[in-house]
Amino acid sequence: MSTTRAVEPLPGGLISIVNRRAVVIGWIVAVTFLLLGLRFYQLQIVQFERYYTQSLDNRLTTEVIPPARGLIYDRKGNLITANKTIQSLEIRREVVSDVDQVINNVRTLITFNENDEKLFRTRLKNSRRLDDRIVLKRLLSAQELADLAVNRFRFPEFLIDSEVVREYPERELLVHVVGSVRQVDENDLQTLDPQKYRSTKFVGKTGIEKVYQEVLHGQIGNRTVEVDVHGRVIVEIDVEPPRRGESITLHLDLDLQRTAWEALGDRRGAVVALDPNTGGILAMVSRPAYDPNEFIVGLDDKTFNSLSTRRDAPLFNRATQGLYPPGSTFKPVVGLAGIAMELIDWETTVYDRNGEFRLEDVSHVFRDWTWSKSGNGGHQGDLDLRTAIYRSSNIFFYHMGAELDTDTFAAFASQFGFGLNTTADIPDAAPGILPTTVWKKKTQNESWFRGENLHFVIGQGYMLVSPLQLATVAMIFANRGTWVRPKLVMSEHTAVPLGESDDNFRIEGVSDDDWTLMIQALEDVVHQGNQGFRRNGVAWAHIGMDIPFRMAGKSGTAQVKQVPQGEEYDETLLSEYEKKHALFWGFAPVDDPKIAVGVVVENGGGGSSIAGPVLRAVIEAYLEKALVQVNE
Amino acid sequence: MSEIVRWFGASRIHHIISGRTRQRLHFDGYLTILILILCTLGLTVLYSALDQDIRAFSTQLTRIIIGLALFVVAVCIRKDTYYWLAPVIYSGTIALLIAVWFYGDVSQGSKRWLDFPGLPRFQPSELLKISLPLIIGWYFAIRKFKNNLLDIFWIGILVGVPILLIFLQPDYGTAMILCAGTIGVLFVVGFKWWWFAVGGCSVLVATPFIWNFVLYPYHRRRILTLFNPESDPLDSGWNIIQSKTAIGSGGFSGKGLFNGTQSRLDFIPEGHTDFVLAVSGEELGFIFCTCLLLLYLLIFVRAMYISKNAESGFGFTVGSGICIIFICNVVVNVAMVLGLLPIIGLPLPLISYGGSSAITTMVAFGVLLSVCTRKENRELT
Repeated sequence: MSTTRAVEPLPGGLISIVNRRAVVIGWIVAVTFLLLGLRFYQLQIVQFERYYTQSLDNRLTTEVIPPARGLIYDRKGNLITANKTIQSLEIRREVVSDVDQVINNVRTLITFNENDEKLFRTRLKNSRRLDDRIVLKRLLSAQELADLAVNRFRFPEFLIDSEVVREYPERELLVHVVGSVRQVDENDLQTLDPQKYRSTKFVGKTGIEKVYQEVLHGQIGNRTVEVDVHGRVIVEIDVEPPRRGESITLHLDLDLQRTAWEALGDRRGAVVALDPNTGGILAMVSRPAYDPNEFIVGLDDKTFNSLSTRRDAPLFNRATQGLYPPGSTFKPVVGLAGIAMELIDWETTVYDRNGEFRLEDVSHVFRDWTWSKSGNGGHQGDLDLRTAIYRSSNIFFYHMGAELDTDTFAAFASQFGFGLNTTADIPDAAPGILPTTVWKKKTQNESWFRGENLHFVIGQGYMLVSPLQLATVAMIFANRGTWVRPKLVMSEHTAVPLGESDDNFRIEGVSDDDWTLMIQALEDVVHQGNQGFRRNGVAWAHIGMDIPFRMAGKSGTAQVKQVPQGEEYDETLLSEYEKKHALFWGFAPVDDPKIAVGVVVENGGGGSSIAGPVLRAVIEAYLEKALVQVNE
Repeated sequence: MSEIVRWFGASRIHHIISGRTRQRLHFDGYLTILILILCTLGLTVLYSALDQDIRAFSTQLTRIIIGLALFVVAVCIRKDTYYWLAPVIYSGTIALLIAVWFYGDVSQGSKRWLDFPGLPRFQPSELLKISLPLIIGWYFAIRKFKNNLLDIFWIGILVGVPILLIFLQPDYGTAMILCAGTIGVLFVVGFKWWWFAVGGCSVLVATPFIWNFVLYPYHRRRILTLFNPESDPLDSGWNIIQSKTAIGSGGFSGKGLFNGTQSRLDFIPEGHTDFVLAVSGEELGFIFCTCLLLLYLLIFVRAMYISKNAESGFGFTVGSGICIIFICNVVVNVAMVLGLLPIIGLPLPLISYGGSSAITTMVAFGVLLSVCTRKENRELT
C-alpha cells in the first residue's frame, strides 16, 4: 500500500496550481538573487574606492620610529652617556578599554606592583594618540620575558617591544654635569612639538641633556608595515629611517672627574675645574648625587620623595647652584679693587695690634680670624697687601673697607663674574649675589650701613658665590685678567650656539705689574713656608710643604652662623649644618696655567685644611696626566 | 522565464548514458554537472580561504568525495524505500537532536555537535534538510493532498518539534531556513494564497511583541548593528564591517586568488566557514560573485524543474522541499555576508569548510533525483 502512495501522482486538480506555484517560487528566487547581485554591484563596483581604501587602512599602519638619542663623550672620547636596548611590555592605546582588566591580565603574566600600575596609568593619561603604544612595564627581566613567551598568546594585545633608552654608565658620577632624561610628562606635552616628538618617551630634564635636547634628539623616521588584525607586523613595506641625534663632546675629563669625586669623598660639596685657555669645564662634581638610571625605569614615589626631601639634597647641583659666602677667597679681588680704586698700593701698610678693628660710631668690633678671647697672640703686626693676602688678614682689608665706596667696588668686582651667570652653556647656573646699595634697598628695603662694607670686603655678609664662580675667578687670575666663558660642550652645534662671544673680555683698572704681584702673593699662600709661626702662607702647612709644582690660590673659611659679639668661635657648639664652609680656589702651574679649580666643602671647616687638599689632589692628578702626555 | 526553463529541461544531455544503466543510475546530467562545477569552484576558493593549508584542504576534499559517493548511493535507493523510511529517518533525526541536547559538544556558545566515539563529529540539525522534506512529502502522500487547515496544524507539529529543538541549541540560521523551506513547500503544494497573506500579516502584527518580549538584548543589538555597523565597530559590528570591506575592496575582478588581505591578515573571522564568500569576493571580485550566484540559481532552477516533473506527489513535495531549503540557505548566507541579514551561523552550501553541510547537501540532491526521476519499473528491479 505504501508503495502505491509513493508513486501516486498529484491529484489532477492540483497539477496546474502546483506548476504555477513552482514558477512563482522560481520568480521569487530569481528576484531575490537579482537583489543580491545588485548588492554585490553596489559594494564592489559603486563603493569600490571606499572599501578598497578601508582595506588598505586595515592592512597598513605607519609606525613612527623614534630616533636614537645622540651620545655624549668626554674630551678623550670616553663614552659617558650611552643608549641601551631594553625589552618592554606594551599595549596599543586603542585596545585599552578597561584599564583594570588590562592590569589584571598583566598580573597573571608578570609581577606588576602598585608602582608599575601607577606609572602605567600616568603614561596612559599622557598619551595623545589612539595608536600610541603605552608601556606597561619597562626593563623586563629574562625571567619575565620567558614567562611572557610562554603565556602571551592568551593576550594577543600585549606587545613586547625593544626600546632604546638612555644609560648612564658612570651612574651618579656625572649626573650633575650631563643631567638626565625623564619620562615626558604633562608639562612637556604642552611645550614639545607634537609631530617631532611623536614617539619620544624621554626628554632631557637637567644638565646637558636639557640644554642640548634639540641637538641630541634627532629626527623621527617612519615605517609603513602590513599588520594583521592583532596588530602583529607581517611585512615591512616602506621605511624612512630616523636620523640619530648629534653626539656631543664635552670638555670634561672623565679621569679628572673621578679624581675630584674621590677627593671630595663623602663630604657635601663641589669641585669645578676649568681649562684656563678655553674656559672648558674639565671636571664638575657635586656631592651627594644620585643615579639617573633609576629615572629611566621609573622611580617609585617613595624613593623620589626621599631623594627630593633629604636634608643633604642629592638632586641639588651644588657646583652651579650652590651659593656660599666667598669668605677670604674674595680678598684677592678686593685687593685689586683697592689698587684700581687707588685706595691702597703695594706699599700701603697697616698695623694689626690685637686682631681687632673698630669703626667710628659703630659699636660692633670687627675681628681678625686670628683673634682669640684670651688676647694671646691674636695680632699679625705690620701688614702690606701681599702679606694680607697670604696671611689672609682681615684687619688690612677692614682698613680699606672703611674708606670704600660700595657701588664702585661692586662694579669692579662684577668684572669677575660675581652676581652674573657668565657660562656659555649652563643657563641654570646661579648668578649668586653681589650686593650694592641699590640691591639692598630693593631686597631689604634698607639703606647700606657703613659697617656692612667691612663684612663685604672679607666675603661675608650678603655676598654669595657658587663653586663654579670660584673656579671662574681662579681662571681669571690664571689668565691675568683675561676672560673666557666657562663651558661644558667642546663640539660645535649650530642648533645651540655657545652664548655671546665676549670671550676675550679683559678686567679693567689692573696693570700687568699688579697681576704679577698679586699672583706672587697668591703663590705665597701655598708656597711661603719655613718662616716661623704666623709668617707662613696660610695653606702652606696643609698643602704647600711637599708640593711638586708651583700653584697660586686663595683659601676661605665662610661663617654660616654669626658668632655672638665677643665670643670665640667654638665648633663643638655648632650643629653639622651650622659649621663653617671650607673654600679654596687656585690654579697651576703658575707660569703657564693649565687648570683652574674652585672647591667648596659644605660645613667642612677650615678652607686651607679641608678644601686645600681636595684642590691640590685635583690639580696634581691633572698635571701629572698632562706631563705624561707632553712626554709621550 | 518559463521558456528558458522548458528549453533547459528539454535538452537531453543525460541521455548520453544508454538505456538500462540510465534507468538504474538516473542521474540528471545538468544537475550533476552543475553540482560538480560548484564543488570544484568551492574547493578552489576554499583552498585560498584556508590560507593554503593543505591538510585542512585534503580533509574537505575527502568529505566532498564521500559526499559524491553518498550522492550516488542516495540516487540508487528506490523512491518507495524513501517513502516508508521517511518516518524512521524523521524519528531518528529527532532522537539525534535530543541526544545533542544531552550529549552535544558546546562550541561558540551553542550545542550543535554530536561526537560519538567511532563516528565523525557531525551536526544532526543538517540532517533535517533531508528528513523534513521527506516527512512533509510522506504526510501529504498519506493525506492525498487534501490541503486542509488541519494539515497546517499537523505539519506545524511535525516540523515545529525539530525546529524548536534546533532553535534551543541555539542554531537560528538552520531553524530559519527550515521554517522558510516549510512555508515554501506549503506554498508550492497549493495551499490557498490568502492563508499565507493572513499568516504574513499576523507575523507583522506580532513583530513588536517578539522584538520586546521574545528577543534577548543581544539579539536586538545584532539586528540593530546590521543597520549601523559603525556604531559598534569592534564588537558586533566587526564582522559586518570587515566582511563588507573585504567584498567591496575586491572590486570588479578581485585582488587575485591567495591575495586577499582581509582574510590573510585575519580581519575576517570564520573566513573559511560562514564568511567564505567574503574571502572569495575579495579575491575574485564581482565577476566571480555574480557567476556563483548564477550557478546557485541554475542549480535551483534545474532541481525545481526536476521536482515539478516528478511523477508522484511525494516526489514533487520532497524535491521542492529540498530545493527551497537549499536556496534559502544560500540566500541567507549571502545576505549575511553582504550585511543584509544579521550574523547567524550558516555555511554556504558546498563551499564552506565543514563536512555535515557538504555531505547532507549532496545526499539531499541524491534523494531529490531518486524520488523525482526514478521510474518504478518492475522489469528493472
